[in-house]
Amino acid sequence: MKILVAVKRVIDYNVQVRVKDDGSGVVTENVKMSTNPPDDNAIEEAVKIKESGKAKEIVAITVGEEKAQETVRKALAVGADRGIHVKVGGAIEPLAVSKILKKIVDKEKPDLVFMGKQAIDDDCNQTGQMLSALLNWPQATFASKIEIKDRKLEVIREIDEGLETIEINTPAIVTCDLRLNEPRYASLPNIMKAKKKPIEQLNASDLGVDVSPKIQQLKVEEPPKRKAGIKVSSVAELVQKLKNEAKVI
Amino acid sequence: MSVLLIAEHNNKELKAFTLNAVTAASQIDSDVHALVIGNNCAEVAQAASELPLVKKVLTVEAAYYANFIAENFAPVVTKLAGNYTHIVCSANTFGKNLMPRIAAKLDTSQVSDIIKVVSADTFVRPIYAGNAFATVKSTDEKKCVTIRPTSFDPCDSSGGSAPIESADAGEEFSLTKFVKREEIKSDRPELGTARIVISGGRGMQNGDNFKLITAIADKLNAAIGASRAAVDAGYISNDHQVGQTGKVVVPDLYIAVGISGAIQHLAGMKESKIIVAINKDGEAPIFSVADYGLEADLFEALPQFLEELNKLNTIQK
Ligand SMILES: Cc1cc2nc3c(=O)[nH]c(=O)nc-3n(C[C@H](O)[C@H](O)[C@H](O)COP(=O)(O)OP(=O)(O)OC[C@H]3O[C@@H](n4cnc5c(N)ncnc54)[C@H](O)[C@@H]3O)c2cc1C
Ligand SMILES: Cc1cc2nc3c(=O)[nH]c(=O)nc-3n(C[C@H](O)[C@H](O)[C@H](O)COP(=O)(O)OP(=O)(O)OC[C@H]3O[C@@H](n4cnc5c(N)ncnc54)[C@H](O)[C@@H]3O)c2cc1C
Repeated sequence: MKILVAVKRVIDYNVQVRVKDDGSGVVTENVKMSTNPPDDNAIEEAVKIKESGKAKEIVAITVGEEKAQETVRKALAVGADRGIHVKVGGAIEPLAVSKILKKIVDKEKPDLVFMGKQAIDDDCNQTGQMLSALLNWPQATFASKIEIKDRKLEVIREIDEGLETIEINTPAIVTCDLRLNEPRYASLPNIMKAKKKPIEQLNASDLGVDVSPKIQQLKVEEPPKRKAGIKVSSVAELVQKLKNEAKVI
Repeated sequence: MSVLLIAEHNNKELKAFTLNAVTAASQIDSDVHALVIGNNCAEVAQAASELPLVKKVLTVEAAYYANFIAENFAPVVTKLAGNYTHIVCSANTFGKNLMPRIAAKLDTSQVSDIIKVVSADTFVRPIYAGNAFATVKSTDEKKCVTIRPTSFDPCDSSGGSAPIESADAGEEFSLTKFVKREEIKSDRPELGTARIVISGGRGMQNGDNFKLITAIADKLNAAIGASRAAVDAGYISNDHQVGQTGKVVVPDLYIAVGISGAIQHLAGMKESKIIVAINKDGEAPIFSVADYGLEADLFEALPQFLEELNKLNTIQK
């Protein structure tokens, strides 16, 4: 079995994001960037499946600017075998990313594509579902447990009401929740080894995909600030305030 | 212009958030049609037809629609899409799973999780866990939009009498099979719509201690929430998680107990009307969004809280 894993470079989840004064976006200069957290779970799951003998090859792919390669390098350091970097400058929408990924899937013919359930920068939660629509493959979104059964997968999905179990035939798309597994850290020797693993570079234009945006970002603003609250000194005072001042109980 | 609103339901009843989605849909254009896809779901279609803002109800029924598999639903919607300028549904796990599949088939860039309709093509949506609000304009001819239900009021649920028409079912997608759903049933109000929410975090130390929270929730008729850390540690099930990767709640009162206030948690609750934080660390970031902060050990504060509530005789339900 062959697994393709999509990894995205985003602003690190610990960074307090700041909106630019001119409203054109958020500050990304000199800001720490990392792999989108659930994409680490996607890689981890692929590596575990390979370690169990059920997969032969893991290919990590990213779509993005020059530096997006770092996320592929990191995936190689935790166990992916080779990488693909599709270069595009500037912002790219989930639909365009999914079209690019489809071209790569057509060429690589993986049995499974693992991705994160949402990217923590734009919170779109679209790319995996779009890719599976374009391929007409089954989709198992928000996965918190995956079991491989021959040519099928049994997946537990996290839904608003609780948990849902579905069974899907491969080839298929799985989008991963943070609870799927505990991503490992790359060891120093593996980081060194990863430097020798190949990363194929392509341009979006070579793939014949139109990446021009269809959504214009008109402005980006800070959300309204909450007015500062107060500290209360006792539970009795808290209950009095909730009842008589806020009038919510 | 007309808007196709995909109703969310359980084959018996409309889900509450469908009413919020209808409100958002009607702000895009007044010609709102509700689409009910399911199995033996005539009651749902009836309920949808009674929403005064809905002008027409379309129903599509087949046994393989009973479990809301996106692979089965998407072709039904794309077939009907020709008659509509906008396709709208709630940005909860149902809509998040389904809408991108429709958008990709229609070659449209979806606008996710909007909190405001500026005009028929321009919307406001939160990005970076709600740390920024982006105003975006869709240039696609057909627009696929998911809406954040808690940012719109529910529409009236009675008084309407829209015509109900049935539409053709699509083919079954045989590569995806529903196995089972484990729904956590409770008599408590739903997290997403509750007037009061009390949430516990890692500070609760274990699942058993959540009974301190349960007792207060019972008293206040509140829903119970949790931080991701509490869910990850197994104190409580995933359907309680509030935050960027959980549910977004906007109650009148949100009480955060033993929760530090990471931005990913704040993303799910900071629009609440009144926020209370109970935390023993006076520097915890949760205090920066709290209207009332109590710096105290929760194991002392929660029993006292219950006692004080018991003293009040007029708890409104
Ligand atoms: C400041 C700012 C300005 C922007 N301006 C514009 C603009 O002017 N025009 C415009 O069209 N868009 C703009 N965008 C939107 C943005 O570039 C895309 O919408 C976004 O990158 C894709 O959405 P997502 O990552 O949230 O997708 P999701 O669907 O949430 O991602 C889910 C998963 O898909 C995979 N994935 C997603 N993207 C990639 C990738 N590139 N490579 C590999 N795997 C991937 C990952 O596995 C990821 O976990 C802007 C965004 C920001 C923050
Ligand atoms: C991509 C991503 C997505 C995420 N999504 C979410 C999400 O949707 N929701 C979410 O909640 N988190 C989310 N997180 C996790 C988030 O970053 C935090 O780790 C998490 O919210 C912390 O939970 P906590 O506040 O319960 O635990 P902690 O941060 O450990 O805080 C525990 C608090 O309890 C207090 N405490 C301890 N003992 C007591 C006591 N006896 N009395 C009073 N106070 C006490 C402590 O002072 C501390 O402030 C996400 C993280 C990532 C990377």
